[in-house]
Amino acid sequence: MGFSQARWFFEDGLLEPTPFEIGRIGEGGVRVAEPEEELIEAVGSLEEVIPKELIRKELKLPGLSEPEVARHFNRLAQMNYGVDSGSYWLGSCTMKYTPKLVMRVADHPSIRNLHPYAPEELAQGLLRMLHELQEMLSVITGLPNYTLQPAAGAQGELVGALMIRKRLGDLGERRDEMVIPETAHGSNFASAAMAGFKVIRVPPSSDGTIDMNALKEAISERTAGMMITNPNTLGIFEDRVLEIAEILHANGSYLYYDGANLNAIMGWVRLSDMGVDVAHLNIHKTFSAPHGGGGPGAGAVGTTDELRDYLPVPVIVKEGNKYRLSYDVPRSIGKVRTFYGNVGVLVKAWAYLKMLGSDGVRESAAIAVMNANYVRKKLMECGFDVPYGRGRPCKHEFVISLAKLRKETGVRALDFAKALIDRGLHPPTMYFPQVVQECLMIEPTESDSLRELDKYVETMREIMKTAYERPEEILNSPKNAAVTRVDDSLANKVLWLSWKVYEKQKSQEELYR
Amino acid sequence: MVSYLSPNADEGVKRRILDYLGVGSVEELYVDVPSEILLKEPPDIGRGMNHIELERLVDSLLPKPPRLIFTGGGVADHYVPPLVDEIASRQEFYTSYTPYQPELSQGMLQALFEYQSLMAELLGMEVVNASLYDYGSALGEAGRFSMRVTRRRKIVIASSVNPERKAVLRTYLDPLNAEIVEAPMDRESGCISLDHLRPLIDDSTAMVYIEMPNFYGIIEEGAEDVFELAHSKGAIAAAGVDPLLAALIKPPGELGADLVVGEGQHLGSPMSFGGPSLGIFAIRMDMRFVRQLPGRLIGMTKTQEGLYRGYCMVLQTREQHIRKEEATSNITTSSSLMAVRAAIYITLLGPEGLRKLAEKIAYNTAYLRKRLSELDSFSVPFKGAAFKELAVSSSVPWERVNSHLLSRGVLGGFIVSRFFPEMDMGMNISLFSTTEKHGKSEIDELINLMREVS
Ligand SMILES: Cc1ncc(COP(=O)(O)O)c(C=O)c1O
Repeated sequence: MGFSQARWFFEDGLLEPTPFEIGRIGEGGVRVAEPEEELIEAVGSLEEVIPKELIRKELKLPGLSEPEVARHFNRLAQMNYGVDSGSYWLGSCTMKYTPKLVMRVADHPSIRNLHPYAPEELAQGLLRMLHELQEMLSVITGLPNYTLQPAAGAQGELVGALMIRKRLGDLGERRDEMVIPETAHGSNFASAAMAGFKVIRVPPSSDGTIDMNALKEAISERTAGMMITNPNTLGIFEDRVLEIAEILHANGSYLYYDGANLNAIMGWVRLSDMGVDVAHLNIHKTFSAPHGGGGPGAGAVGTTDELRDYLPVPVIVKEGNKYRLSYDVPRSIGKVRTFYGNVGVLVKAWAYLKMLGSDGVRESAAIAVMNANYVRKKLMECGFDVPYGRGRPCKHEFVISLAKLRKETGVRALDFAKALIDRGLHPPTMYFPQVVQECLMIEPTESDSLRELDKYVETMREIMKTAYERPEEILNSPKNAAVTRVDDSLANKVLWLSWKVYEKQKSQEELYR
Repeated sequence: MVSYLSPNADEGVKRRILDYLGVGSVEELYVDVPSEILLKEPPDIGRGMNHIELERLVDSLLPKPPRLIFTGGGVADHYVPPLVDEIASRQEFYTSYTPYQPELSQGMLQALFEYQSLMAELLGMEVVNASLYDYGSALGEAGRFSMRVTRRRKIVIASSVNPERKAVLRTYLDPLNAEIVEAPMDRESGCISLDHLRPLIDDSTAMVYIEMPNFYGIIEEGAEDVFELAHSKGAIAAAGVDPLLAALIKPPGELGADLVVGEGQHLGSPMSFGGPSLGIFAIRMDMRFVRQLPGRLIGMTKTQEGLYRGYCMVLQTREQHIRKEEATSNITTSSSLMAVRAAIYITLLGPEGLRKLAEKIAYNTAYLRKRLSELDSFSVPFKGAAFKELAVSSSVPWERVNSHLLSRGVLGGFIVSRFFPEMDMGMNISLFSTTEKHGKSEIDELINLMREVS
């Protein structure tokens, strides 16, 4: 398959230069506003408005004309790969297509221009959308109470962990341990620690699900709760989730659910039926809000009634036909971000669910699962090793191991990924979960067509073949992206973290080589 | 049914795939889910709407925005240049993920590096991370950061810090057994009182934090002294800043701050009810600090054969995906696209454009204050210089003022006691804001409307 990413570079080894190099230090490209003469006359000189000693003397920023800025950033965009560019099977990240209508809704002037402290009458429509979103999430997950405040999944984890902590405090319990499977996402460990918990890890059993014996050993009277991802990060449904919930509950501990993988089961299983006490949902994964190159996202948190009084403030309440923000949450953990959350992201989820409706929710999940199973079976036929879950259907994603390939050819998962880039495909997630050697985590989502699934599989087969025949070709990829392999060990040595730091160190650059 | 979004939902295609898998229906792909919890029917969220129905619904729910917005409290009605919206609408930027594959994601990496670099210049700092969620959580991270760096547990903040952010700081520090102490302000000027602050800072102080402008819109004139006091006890000197103000007054770095947080939504993003937002987090290039930095960091480097420049994420061993519970933060998805917007905005305005814009806001604020002084029912309680936001006291109920304004399409001040009675101090304060979107005639109109209420 042929592919060539736009590559803007100059003969002297520069990629598209930064504005600092293009930049005239000067006026800039937009006439926003100048202070009005009459107004200046009325209040006096700048020194009378701002304390003289404080006035800034120097601002060393580049300022380009509008056409220059437009070209520069459009060129950068061309050197980036998005979901609308092609297949983006980044496991755990659910790179589904974002319907353009949901983008338009969030771009509505009445949402864009709404001040967070506008009177409630002006915010009724938006509050209704947000309240409806909460209700739809409640119906889908079975968890009756929601906050939309967290700005991303990881912040949702922090909220959930803090709620559990506070609840236990109110019960007079001293439980300071959080049990987390080794296959969990790194943020689970970090969030639990931020909330003040000691992390107890449990390894997976040989079939990739939680090892029940290890779990029983891990829990004690110190256990506050357990964080699970289901389907887990190997793409396997934790079919003993009811037993897990029972063990935890019997022990007086809570079950936290990491919703990053909800896309596999929405409309098929409710979290409440799995015994979940508190969960976050990644609005930017399951509910089609785009990822923005690393945010903004949103991480709605749902809870049982037992934990309702611990939700962050404010909460959206409905009284008759009116919506209101209420600070009346008796045992609230407080706030984790200013105002009400990433509203511009949340309304995309509202619009998406309105588009899908009940049947669409269930069907989207099923197609995502079907696509993953199709790709998995095809890849197994091509000789790829699926170390976990072979005997049962996977959910929306699965993991392959290239350990054998590495041993026999020297081609690592990383090299394999770079070869995919050369063929116009965004590589899968690499080296996660860490329990699998040389792993690639593959999540095709429901957005790709059969043709694209076949193309990706065929490309992987061809790369594998090439790796055995001419491994150096794979090891030398990518060649068709904007740049060849980036030297991250140099990056970590020289630490050019900003243009200013680079300018200071430039003279010493040769010393580092 | 959903085949307009999922091509393989087409019945024929689906049949082919299911046949290949050797299953009769998609239900069979859920055999691993215990039957007692497997739903037979989808949960009811209503039927799916078509495009036109949905657009009509949205239009019917949303009222027209007000003509003029003077509401303050941390978000103000700034102008968004069209080019910022256009670039941010490019799918290559907005649909991509965190740039884990640097070769395929140079565009986002470079744009984020440029954001870090431009923001560093603007703030007079050296290292800026690739974004946090918002100003409030950036302050929360700053508190945790300063406790890690200094191994101390006392956080001293000005009482005039925005209460939304105070609340977030408290939540973030709650598990750490931190002691948060508020230093009172001088009721005359609205600035922090150095005499009250001095005894609060001691050998157990991890961080001293003030905001520019503070909740009441006042520029802390004694910032340099505050930072010196912090340094004299080995505490981290931290500032929260409106980045637009930094184009006008000496930036926090020049005033002596070690750490700066702030809100970048003002730089080219719409208000959107307060989010998405852009948490700014900046530090000095001191490895003690850099190693403890929360969030992602982009570095400039070269390609491996040394021929070309390239960019990638650096110092990832601080982060959750490698360091797990020892990470400097749990942050994963942050606010990249908002950072790109800010980079476009700063480049587009340039130093002179930013300066003029900040000057205009400063003049506007002064003009608003002057005109208010002509009115009998209203007064500005603090004497200090103000930027963008202005605290106004009233002898008539603010609700009455605001509803009169609103009847003319004007959104008035934020009545502080509505959510934060403790910040009102019995002064019946409303926070106004004025931005580059206002000129003399808009402010005059506001004053005339306010004159009508008494
Ligand atoms: C399994 C899992 N859990 C949690 C997260 C954290 O979510 P977010 O990036 O929204 O903070 C992610 C993704 O990054 C994930 O893949």
